[in-house]
Amino acid sequence: MSIFSPQLNTRFDELLKRYPVPRSAMVPMLLYAQDELGYLTPEAIREIAARLDESELAVHEVIGYYSMLRTKPAGRFHVQVCTNISCLLRGGEEIFEHCKQRLGVNNHGVTPDGLFSLEEVECIGACSWAPAVQVNYDFHENLTVAKLDQVLDKYRTGGVQ
Amino acid sequence: MSFPVAKAHPLEVRVVSKRFDIPDANTLPVYLAHDGFKALEKAFRLAPEAIIEEVKVSSLRGRGGAGFPTGMKWSFVPKQSAKPKYVLCNADESEPGTCKDRLIMQYDPFAMIEGMLIAGRAIDAHQGYIFIRGEYRYLVDVVERAIAEAYAAGYLGKNIRGSGFDFELSAHTGAGAYECGEESALMESLEGKRGIPRLKPPFPATSGLYGGPTVINNVETLATIPHIILGGGAWFLGLGLPKNGGTKLTCLSGHVNNPGVYELPLGFPLKRLIEEIGGGILGGKKLKAVVPGGSSTPIFNAAEAETLTLDFDAVAKAGSFLGSGGVVVLHEETCMVKFATRIMQFYKHESCGWCVPCREGTNWLLLTLGRVHRGGGRAKDIDLIREVSENILGRTFCALGDAAAMPTLSIIKKFREEFEAHLDGRPCPYAPTLVPRAPAAGPFVTV
Repeated sequence: MSIFSPQLNTRFDELLKRYPVPRSAMVPMLLYAQDELGYLTPEAIREIAARLDESELAVHEVIGYYSMLRTKPAGRFHVQVCTNISCLLRGGEEIFEHCKQRLGVNNHGVTPDGLFSLEEVECIGACSWAPAVQVNYDFHENLTVAKLDQVLDKYRTGGVQ
Repeated sequence: MSFPVAKAHPLEVRVVSKRFDIPDANTLPVYLAHDGFKALEKAFRLAPEAIIEEVKVSSLRGRGGAGFPTGMKWSFVPKQSAKPKYVLCNADESEPGTCKDRLIMQYDPFAMIEGMLIAGRAIDAHQGYIFIRGEYRYLVDVVERAIAEAYAAGYLGKNIRGSGFDFELSAHTGAGAYECGEESALMESLEGKRGIPRLKPPFPATSGLYGGPTVINNVETLATIPHIILGGGAWFLGLGLPKNGGTKLTCLSGHVNNPGVYELPLGFPLKRLIEEIGGGILGGKKLKAVVPGGSSTPIFNAAEAETLTLDFDAVAKAGSFLGSGGVVVLHEETCMVKFATRIMQFYKHESCGWCVPCREGTNWLLLTLGRVHRGGGRAKDIDLIREVSENILGRTFCALGDAAAMPTLSIIKKFREEFEAHLDGRPCPYAPTLVPRAPAAGPFVTV
């Protein structure tokens, strides 16, 4: 019995057809599994390992390398603040500090209600529209502290699902 | 997926970005209505050697950062191979200051796909993968939709448009790792492993993905190919300078009034980019420094920036690299020690840990730079930073070590007085604009 949805299993079937070697599908499978479950649970890791005929250790080894993969829950809205050079010059650190205050958590923290988590991230490719923040996969660019508050409020009040 | 169009600045020369202001050019009907897949049809009538020759004539150089001649790269692939050959598109855009490939995939993904098909035809490869950084999920969706449209219309798959040429193509998501932009690390990652670099030689052209001969090019490089095949190598060359043919997407960021991505002929003066396109320095302040090609390239001071032109050879002659085209502008109120520290924070985070000089060097450099910035530096720390950087240079498997060392060395050399101004417990002179970060956790060990 799979712990993944039928849709995700169909997606895995499709992914595995793309490569001559099943293991090539590992990173996309892990990321898509994480999207569905919120994080990579021991059950998810076990199932993906079995599906690829790899050891769980081999899967853990890969998870440990990639910064987007996590084995602990994040908030429903994962706020990723870029403070790399282009964002730094346009106030990225002020945005990050404001997020800490506003959400009441530190880097890698999760709010008690589980709604938000915060992470300082490296360059997200929004340099010409800095400072920028990614919430889950959505980009928010040319930010000011006031604009950021609006963005966070929209997530908090259910304006974004 | 619809995006607001990106209008051109009058000084731009749009080739690779020529469809950025056509609504919905990321759908196949609109792409076809604007010269889409005409280059592929032409390529089907050309011998593979003639395609490679045309690319050589154009003098197209890799737009991902290394600037290696694309035609030459393709010509290294052996004609006969027992193992399947591959065409890879490096869409792992992660070099700080770089945000151009994102726009190509957003506005004109079929140009990249068409470029990969032409590359496949040139080297006789029948399988391609587009490796897209995990953070660009919306682009994985755009690209997958474009691939599905191309399959449905017979531009991908078996016997493409009756040519007898087969080509299969998939998008592949990464999951966060700058190192995967290094070509051999990208292949490791695509094989489902940790993205660490391989020992070279053998180079990808003879032994790449799954051990097969592989061509790997940046998104912009591949998206430029159809324009070269259609317009001719000589035409493209003529847009730029000898050995620096054509145009290049330039990502302008930092302290300018109009940051943005602009397509400029190679050899465009940096000063005009900042003043006329960028609208001058933010707040009317003075220029202090410019990063010419992404965070790994040595920095220029204001005097050097005055006369610099943006092409591969001119920037190399001036001691840096055109790199990925990420031009980052810094005004007079920027703390260079802080800037160097933030660059090192990035490379320390992204070092894959495979070789010691990079893994240990970036960590010690971050600790030492941070200490100087916080006012705890000793006079000898400045030369210590230089020495550690010099000991990384050229001693690592891949270019990440150099990428960390080169900007650091240039900043120490050109802005030494700023490091000296931080010594002896003095506070950062620029503290109001760039707040120093809290010290790293744990006891600090003196080098």
